[in-house]
Amino acid sequence: MRAFAFERATDAQAAARLVAGHPGAAFLGGGTNLVDHMKLGIAAPQLLVDVTQLPFAAVAERADGGVRIGAAVRNSDLAAHPLIRERYPVLSQALLAGASGQLRNLATTAGNLLQRTRCPYFQDRTTPCNKRSPGSGCSAIPGYSRDMAILGASAHCIATHPSDMAVAMAALDAVVQVQGPGGERSIPITGLHRLPADAPERDTTLAHGELITAVDLPPTAGRSAYRKVRDRASYAFALVSVAAVLDVAGGKVTDVRIALGGVAHKPWRAATAEARLHGGPATAAGFRAAADAELAAAQPASGNAFKVPLVRNTVTAVLRGLAERGGS
Amino acid sequence: MEITITLTVDGHRQTAAVDTRVTLLDLLRERLAVTSPKKGCDHGQCGSCTVLLGGRRITTCLALAVQHDGAEITTAAGLGTAGNPHPVQQAFLDHDGFQCGYCTPGQICSAAGMLAEAAAGWPSHVTEDVRTVPELTAAEIRERMSGNLCRCGAYVNIVAAIEQAAGR
Repeated sequence: MRAFAFERATDAQAAARLVAGHPGAAFLGGGTNLVDHMKLGIAAPQLLVDVTQLPFAAVAERADGGVRIGAAVRNSDLAAHPLIRERYPVLSQALLAGASGQLRNLATTAGNLLQRTRCPYFQDRTTPCNKRSPGSGCSAIPGYSRDMAILGASAHCIATHPSDMAVAMAALDAVVQVQGPGGERSIPITGLHRLPADAPERDTTLAHGELITAVDLPPTAGRSAYRKVRDRASYAFALVSVAAVLDVAGGKVTDVRIALGGVAHKPWRAATAEARLHGGPATAAGFRAAADAELAAAQPASGNAFKVPLVRNTVTAVLRGLAERGGS
Repeated sequence: MEITITLTVDGHRQTAAVDTRVTLLDLLRERLAVTSPKKGCDHGQCGSCTVLLGGRRITTCLALAVQHDGAEITTAAGLGTAGNPHPVQQAFLDHDGFQCGYCTPGQICSAAGMLAEAAAGWPSHVTEDVRTVPELTAAEIRERMSGNLCRCGAYVNIVAAIEQAAGR
């Protein structure tokens, strides 16, 4: 690991200015991803700015009936919070489907959003990877692609975003609050992460030095659920995951929001499927047809064509569960 | 760059000047001679380095020591003594919850932390309805302990030990 300086931030804007003014600086949250990258030699910050002591550790109800989640709230505390369990079960379920108990006790909300792909080539500095070393090539396209993207990928990168939490937040229309060196701004969560296009080294639309301070959840009345499909029953990343919010009245879909994990460079909001479902019958056939419409754009790699039917079946199962059971 | 930090480890206050690169695990083992937490994968995947940090279970291999100035750490060695073992330690003895023993300190700290989480009503991935407070069944224990690997495969006895410690 390369030597680095360490500072503990006591003011959000000062921290943003400090990092913005230093190209080699990085924010440090729980460290569960960044410290690993430093050990692997794929990240070598010269300055770490610890932002876990900033006053962003609360989950609080907002005046509009929504909830504000502080950036430094640990994943375990968020998953167990009564407001989240009661109103946004999809978010508790997604958090609990990720990592292990020990890691969730360290990992923060903002750090979870900003964790990087687990593509094995990205994490192995001896192999070409356009995300880690722009212009070096993509080893996954001709290589091991079981875990890779089927939607929105490019000829430069087929990596997936690893977060479960972010998929649930995408389905909940969360808004990310950001402190920059010059001021604050809000980003709808679907605009936070980006597709790889010709710059896969950039995971998000944040500028260097912009600090996530909170995530706001709007009020929600819909039933919600998260389902994750993986190669073992626990402590593994998703092959495919589905977060959904559904409201049905008189057998018709009145509100539906669907986000997919494990299929793209970002949490994938299934807007095409949603558009087909709005106002239509809440039936298995309808859910399946909507999933197929979303998947019409799928372009699997050599080793992950199975994800297309897996997404279709998982979307259908989650929406059926919400429509029939009426619960989470 | 070195920074001087103070930690309380198993009840003993310790001060050390540490390089910013040093993890809590390496500080404990290499500098403070606290060898109860073990280095397995060193990447947060095996759980053998688990300790209680302020009463909460964490992996120490991914925690930078300088970030935890002032922390209170309890390792498996600090949970109990040979004459007065912690209920989780006694349960591992009663149920033979280990073979080689390398993962055991991490398993025991993780179990102690997990039982506190369950007592606080935290749900898990296998909880049918996250709005409810689940009963700590064997399936719940297995899910909640999935961050601790045992290469000897002593899982059956580990689950039985934790069931005993949970008072089931």
